[in-house]
Amino acid sequence: MTMIFGIPLQAFLGQLLIGLINGSFYALLSLGLAIIFGLLRVINFAHGAQYMLGAFMAWLLLAHLGVGYWPALILAPLAVGLVGAAIERTMLRRLYTLDPLYGLLFTFGLALTVEGTFRYFYGASGQPYATPALLAGGTNLGFMFLPVYRGWVIVFSLIVCLGTWLIIEKTKLGSYLRAATENPVLVQSFGINVPFLLTLTYGLGAALAALAGVLAAPIYQVSPLMGSNIIIVVFAVVVVGGMGSIMGAIVTGYLLGIAEGLTKVFYPEASNIVIFVIMAIVLLIRPAGLFGRDA
Amino acid sequence: MTLTLELEKQKERSPVIAQTVFLGLGLAFFLFAPLFFYPIFLMKLLCFALFACAFNLLIGYTGLLSFGHAAFFGGAAYFTAHAVKEWGVPPELGILVGVLGAALLGAVIGFFAIRRQGIYFAMITLALAQMFYFFCLQAEFTHGEDGIQSVPRGHLLGFIDLSQSTNMYYFVLAVFVFGIGVIWRIINSPFGMILKSIRENETRAISLGYSVRSYKLAAFVMSAALTGLAGGLKALVFQFATLTDVSWQMSGEVILMTLLGGIGTLIGPLFGAGLVVTLQNYLATSEFPVTIITGIVFMICVLVFRRGIVGEFFNSRLGRKLGFEHRHSH
Repeated sequence: MTMIFGIPLQAFLGQLLIGLINGSFYALLSLGLAIIFGLLRVINFAHGAQYMLGAFMAWLLLAHLGVGYWPALILAPLAVGLVGAAIERTMLRRLYTLDPLYGLLFTFGLALTVEGTFRYFYGASGQPYATPALLAGGTNLGFMFLPVYRGWVIVFSLIVCLGTWLIIEKTKLGSYLRAATENPVLVQSFGINVPFLLTLTYGLGAALAALAGVLAAPIYQVSPLMGSNIIIVVFAVVVVGGMGSIMGAIVTGYLLGIAEGLTKVFYPEASNIVIFVIMAIVLLIRPAGLFGRDA
Repeated sequence: MTLTLELEKQKERSPVIAQTVFLGLGLAFFLFAPLFFYPIFLMKLLCFALFACAFNLLIGYTGLLSFGHAAFFGGAAYFTAHAVKEWGVPPELGILVGVLGAALLGAVIGFFAIRRQGIYFAMITLALAQMFYFFCLQAEFTHGEDGIQSVPRGHLLGFIDLSQSTNMYYFVLAVFVFGIGVIWRIINSPFGMILKSIRENETRAISLGYSVRSYKLAAFVMSAALTGLAGGLKALVFQFATLTDVSWQMSGEVILMTLLGGIGTLIGPLFGAGLVVTLQNYLATSEFPVTIITGIVFMICVLVFRRGIVGEFFNSRLGRKLGFEHRHSH
């Protein structure tokens, strides 16, 4: 058997794969957080709840309406995005003139409410969600066995991340968003509807979280608590990356996912705290974060 | 510089007097409260009220929102419970172990967290507290999911039997009054004034030559230690220490208590804690999950009620007439 650093190659690659999968979710979620924060100056604590909502929508669609994975991949983010936009329009909007901490507290309350409601109706235990038939099974790569669905998650999340990055960096809409991040008053004076941009951005961020949730449904159990478990880790990812750049959020997400996976190989006890340890080290060396711009 | 601080002192003096009167009335209430309420409920309330006041020292008087205070509360509960049960130390020493442990933990978490401000500070404290949660989940002495059970209350100073609930109640009340006294002393000291100046304008405080970082860290450690006082006390009251007290939900709960009562007021967090604990007790018997209510109250507070109950009262016409003037708005 091939060994690498005294670890069987299979175990090593297996954990690397799990790391990549987790990294995909960290990247998708921290990307959404960074986009929302960039424009709205709000740290969206409800991001975890929106991720959970995405997974639950997929599960509910399948269990009650017989709607499968592929339509859910579109419907769930759309629905969660619309709800997000409505919340921004009616409530979140009032907080923009205040200290950003109030945005954090408001979305924290929102997360608690959503999570509590789902716990009330569906209990704390997880619901299984079957892998779509098209992506069932796996392939033997020669050195390891790769479940097709996991490969799909990695590829698809990469496409979504890069696509979002392209939209923001290379399109007209993206240039409006970037300009509004720098100077909203000036952009508005050019006749661009900045309040609408803000609503759109929050909706888009929420939809991204829900998309990650649908992707996660066949891998993890669909449970009301899945969001709050991941959101704190994603916050650490965001602190490490700094919220200045979209690409920074994506890269940091994947890197920390891999770091977590590898820790599971070498020192399993520390695997659920390694991201926090990395965060602490980054704070010592580079407090603004790896890709951060602000002091 | 001293002049402006002096002016601020003058202006804030009247609410301080009025708040002291209120505290006197409150103390009288708590002295006789065991005649009307369950002592265990009152003790829980006092522990959480002290917790919220200690938390408020940071958010209300230094302007730092910590999302990780559960680490100090639950951590101290573990330390006290372990010291009393495994080492067999008397309760007063056990609580001291909790306070020192929480202060040490506060120094470590604070050291990292004060490197960033605002929302980053909140996220860092949340993440580091979560790290401590995982530590507690795996560490030997915390007994994982079971927690430390059947912690003996022991004999205070060797002769007061705390297993008697009346004795325990007045001990908790005494510690509570001591804790509030310490907080009152801190915020009305020159040190407290400097903390307020950091809250109001950090850049200016730096330009005035204050070492803002050390002040922030000192405030963080003090807040952690006082939180530890509340946590250690709670471990003795309930005779157990579990993971619930170190979870992020607990950090959120103390924020809610403070926000609901009034950030930056001495007595606001007491009211907030009273309301939240009463609500929890009320809902404990029903199937309805507390988090839904908590979440909704959070949203309402942030949207329309940012000064909190006490803060809104201070700002109302009646409040102003009585000489309360809550000057800074959030």
